[in-house]
Amino acid sequence: MRELIILSGKGGTGKTSLTAAFASLAENSVLCDADVDAADLHLLMQPQIRQRSDFMGGSKAVINPSLCTGCGTCIDLCRFDGISDRFQVDAIRCEGCGVCVDFCPEKAIDFPVQRCGEWYISDTRFGPMVHARLGIAEENSGKLVSLIRRRSRQLAEESGQDLIITDGPPGIGCPVIASLGGATALVIVTEPTVSGLHDMERVVDLAAHFKVPGMACINKYDLNPEMTEAIEQLAVRRNIAVLGRIPFDPVFTRSMVEGKNIFEYGERTALHVQVEKIWDKIIHSPSMNPLGIVDFKATIR
Amino acid sequence: MIISVASGKGGTGKTTVATNLALALGEQVELLDCDVEEPNADLFLKPLISRTEKVETPIPLVDGEKCTGCGKCAEICRFNAITVVGKKVLVFPELCHSCGGCMLVCPEGAISETGRELGTISFGHRNGIGFINGRLRVGEAMSPPLIRKVRAAADPNLVTIIDAPPGTSCPVIAAMNGADFILMVTEPTPFGLHDLRLAVEAVRVLNIPCGLVINRADIGDLQVFAYAESERVPILMTIPFDRRIAEIYSRSQVLVEEIPEWRRQFFDLYGRIEAFTKSWRRTKQCAN
Ligand code: SF4
Ligand code: SF4
Ligand code: SF4
Ligand code: SF4
Repeated sequence: MRELIILSGKGGTGKTSLTAAFASLAENSVLCDADVDAADLHLLMQPQIRQRSDFMGGSKAVINPSLCTGCGTCIDLCRFDGISDRFQVDAIRCEGCGVCVDFCPEKAIDFPVQRCGEWYISDTRFGPMVHARLGIAEENSGKLVSLIRRRSRQLAEESGQDLIITDGPPGIGCPVIASLGGATALVIVTEPTVSGLHDMERVVDLAAHFKVPGMACINKYDLNPEMTEAIEQLAVRRNIAVLGRIPFDPVFTRSMVEGKNIFEYGERTALHVQVEKIWDKIIHSPSMNPLGIVDFKATIR
Repeated sequence: MIISVASGKGGTGKTTVATNLALALGEQVELLDCDVEEPNADLFLKPLISRTEKVETPIPLVDGEKCTGCGKCAEICRFNAITVVGKKVLVFPELCHSCGGCMLVCPEGAISETGRELGTISFGHRNGIGFINGRLRVGEAMSPPLIRKVRAAADPNLVTIIDAPPGTSCPVIAAMNGADFILMVTEPTPFGLHDLRLAVEAVRVLNIPCGLVINRADIGDLQVFAYAESERVPILMTIPFDRRIAEIYSRSQVLVEEIPEWRRQFFDLYGRIEAFTKSWRRTKQCAN
């Protein structure tokens, strides 16, 4: 089983559009949208939901006013400013640590488990897809990412697919950490801007902790050819295979507006040829060998 | 006045709007970079940094001499950050949420606190514009505590402009909670609109007024305009797609300096935000 995870550090580099394009080129794969906080891949995939499940995250404190004597212990002990001086819990601030629950002398505080979102197993025209929706203002995005990655793996095993393509979240925080552990290889989609380079550097630093083999491609490279070169140099320094450059092309936005990937939209152009070449390099890279032998030579440094 | 600049989807131009807005105001303003996972505002503002501090969060430190291995600490911990194996206590620092429960519950007083580094906060300024940013340590999973520290360091006498992280979950909430106004930056594409809807829902939970900047306003389609109208989210500014702007951005230069007519535009944007916030407050007072 191979799992390819696609990250960008910075948002808006075209990561999801490229993931969708790769999905249409891949054979026999399971798609996983691990950008649970702002999942967009389904907009290009129109998944038919086969199974819908609740995602239960942590618990939150709820004070029962009829039992509360107003002793103030909970307010004193809560380190998250979660309880108002009228003895009401602010659900947004409550971290779910349960300290007030355990220390309330009147046992006046309930601690119900929260439904933090939903996750789905679906069918798409490119194969099965596992995706999720984290509830608004929720925590536990890392937990949800781990859950849907696990389910993608199960699904792939059950249905005999040997490749998972995972659209990862932006940033370097908890959902990204949850999406890196145990991945077969990482593809970074970046853009030639000072911020793109800076953000890529941070994601690369993180990936180096996980000893994942890395590859990178530069989208909209022609916006700033010098930055493109700087990014490629960074890649080489960090032992990341450079997959190629993709020109700025309005086809990305136009196909997105129609809910399609770039191969389903308009005429075939040099852009399509280039993306195919990049996919070819990814899938035939030694790190992605079908036997799942870890390619230690290719890990990010 | 605290204005939090957020976006739902990443890469829509949040940092561009936040830095240009701060530069257009020029004085009595402080820019807070709360996108601590990928802080970029300093690349554009180019402030002089006067000091950088390490920020820590408390985690338990167990005194093996006093500990009897009773297991009470592991029992209270909701995050599996402390466990007892045999008679020995193991702490997993990276899982700890710093609630202090284990220390409170330990009957032997065997637990004191040490720190785990969350990242750093830097302070600086450029030509009278104050600047604070947070930078999450690579490998650290929890950004909200660092975001809260950055916000706590802000000078309440200045206009605060916050560059918030993308998304709709806990880090963004930490960067929006308690703001007077949320400025959403989006682009008129299906991804932009989808993530904007989620972000607006989050803002509604917090009960803060919000308005829109539509960036690259002429790519994509018109749905975001229709959405703004039906949800009564005012569109306060549009920025056209212009290859020149994209190139200025790619070099981490700022619009108000490279194309001076934008200075006026961003200055007016602030005026609109102020007016809208005032009328929103008035309506709210009447409603109560
Ligand atoms: S600790 Fe319990 S009884 Fe005391 S104020 Fe809090 S909820 Fe009420
Ligand atoms: S559960 Fe923890 S964070 Fe929530 S209110 Fe109680 S003490 Fe505060
Ligand atoms: S609660 Fe205190 S005494 Fe008991 S196992 Fe934990 S550290 Fe040791
Ligand atoms: S401080 Fe709270 S989260 Fe950290 S180990 Fe102790 S009980 Fe667990």
